[in-house]
Amino acid sequence: MQVDEALVRHIAHLARLRITDEEARALRGELSAILDWVAQLEEVDTDGVEPMTRVVEMRMKMREDEVTDGGYPDDIVRNAPMREDHFFVVPKVVE
Amino acid sequence: MADSSDLTRLTIAEARDALRKGDLSARTLAEAHIAAIEAANGALNAFVLPTPEKALAMADAADERLAKARRGRGKGRAKAVDGALGALEGIPIAVKDLFATRAVRTTACSHILDGFVPPYESTVTQNLWDAGAVLLGKLNNDEFAMGSSNETSHFGPVVNPWRREGSDEALVPGGSSGGSAAAVAARLCPGAMATDTGGSIRQPAAFTGTVGLKPTYGRCSRWGIVAFASSLDQAGPIARTVRDAAILLGAMAGHDPKDTTSADVPVPDYEAELGRGIEGLKVGVPKEYRAPGMSAEIEALWRRGIAWLEEAGAEVREVSLPHTRYALPAYYIVAPAEASSNLARYDGVRYGLRVPGSDIVSMYENTRAEGFGAEVKRRVLIGTYVLSAGYYDAYYLKAQRVRTLIKRDFDAAFERVDVLLTPTTPGPAFGIGEKVGDPIAMYLNDIFTVTVNMAGLPGLSVPAGLSGDGLPLGLQLIGKPFDEATVLRAGQVLETAAGPLPEPEAWWTGSPPKGAAGRKRASGRRKSPARGKGARGAKASPKRKASP
Repeated sequence: MQVDEALVRHIAHLARLRITDEEARALRGELSAILDWVAQLEEVDTDGVEPMTRVVEMRMKMREDEVTDGGYPDDIVRNAPMREDHFFVVPKVVE
Repeated sequence: MADSSDLTRLTIAEARDALRKGDLSARTLAEAHIAAIEAANGALNAFVLPTPEKALAMADAADERLAKARRGRGKGRAKAVDGALGALEGIPIAVKDLFATRAVRTTACSHILDGFVPPYESTVTQNLWDAGAVLLGKLNNDEFAMGSSNETSHFGPVVNPWRREGSDEALVPGGSSGGSAAAVAARLCPGAMATDTGGSIRQPAAFTGTVGLKPTYGRCSRWGIVAFASSLDQAGPIARTVRDAAILLGAMAGHDPKDTTSADVPVPDYEAELGRGIEGLKVGVPKEYRAPGMSAEIEALWRRGIAWLEEAGAEVREVSLPHTRYALPAYYIVAPAEASSNLARYDGVRYGLRVPGSDIVSMYENTRAEGFGAEVKRRVLIGTYVLSAGYYDAYYLKAQRVRTLIKRDFDAAFERVDVLLTPTTPGPAFGIGEKVGDPIAMYLNDIFTVTVNMAGLPGLSVPAGLSGDGLPLGLQLIGKPFDEATVLRAGQVLETAAGPLPEPEAWWTGSPPKGAAGRKRASGRRKSPARGKGARGAKASPKRKASP
């Protein structure tokens, strides 16, 4: 699988990562090498094999649908890089 | 017990017994470790945040509880009073920086979590404090636990306390729990919390001559642990003896309603299960692990391990795990996919670093570009790619199907045997910088450990000997789901047969601050040369048997 720089940029945008031209060039080679290496999985016959969803069989526990936690907005916003009262502040997103 | 270097030599079991008898105070024990950290951390960089004041306050509180228990015992209520004491009353522990610790900075050793001070405590660490343990500080690790050498940490690499004989080259301690392993090996703490997603407890344990246990997926709660790959991550202990690992697991484990993947199954008394011997235990040796190119040294170590278990009465037989070679490539699809999803939360809005941008998307992109290191970016990109439209089936679903086959291999093997024995790593610790430029060479470090995470099984690494140039090597035991007790029991047999490793020479004490760690020093002999490699070889050779 050969990854070109345009694809690297596209993936980086999907991942919300700004990358420099130099990084894009280096990543092109690195990602290609990793994808070539994982391509050996194509050898494995997986017809009719279910994809794994969990390693240990267990039944999901049900609980009452009720509030069990919360009521501490100060703690929630304490680590925010920008905040006002109990709100997170972000750049303007609507015109 | 006046000499503080003696106090840092105590195992958790020994310290616990001394504390309960009143021969030792938790404060004195904490002080000895705080002094050891101060003297060593400049050279080793194992701690990213020592917490000496908190340690002393917690130690004083433990001393009060211990004193109260002793007074009660004097009044003849011994049983009730001992029962009120926690399993780790007064024991100092250090914690990988992946566990959220209330009011103590937690960064996963990433720039993007700069200054994050959790307002909550992870369930595993809360269990430790409830058991009376004392927090010595937060330990270095690969950024977001992504790495096998502790070189991707934003706080810089950890240096392995061990060096090759006659060399002062700085070696990696393994990763991602490199700080945990190095701190335990250098006696900066008797035990440490760690996490393992593809080998991050067992590989560093093997590289530092320590005991590392990855429990069954679901044995310990993942709540409050910075998530890397949610279907693979599991918390476990690193310690200096199998008994100590058993004590720590007992305190960490248990069902947690806050983690839906934590198992609601009873937690046995692991320590009590030790010492029952392994007469009649069926041990499997997977033939696929004898990979072409396996070094003669690792092969010999493995054979010695087989012989030790046979001598203790185990029946050893060959088993087949045919999909072993596909575990690592499947892992490098599943783990990055889950990581790219988990790491989407680091966006500069709710916590950590924010780098401004012209609009919200450029703020996200700038923050993540500056906040994540190269290896994290690489994995986020791989993960984003394999989950993107048109590739999901070919990569992610394919890898999860292969994972089912890997699990079936183990299920079939465990119909015939109780536990599996393999080497932990393909070789000993390597030099800092040696594998940085080649991601795949670095990934191959986890070739023997990653299968265990893919199948959710418990795995234990036990120090089992030294390499030709004097570095520790580990053997791995793999157990059935939730059968850590058998793994620990067999591990203790290996530990006893191998005998204690010589201690690494304490070159790191009183060193000048960081950066000077690699400079030239006169290399000295290791302590206790009589217990060194020569003695081990001589001890092992008459026991050696033909491999199965």
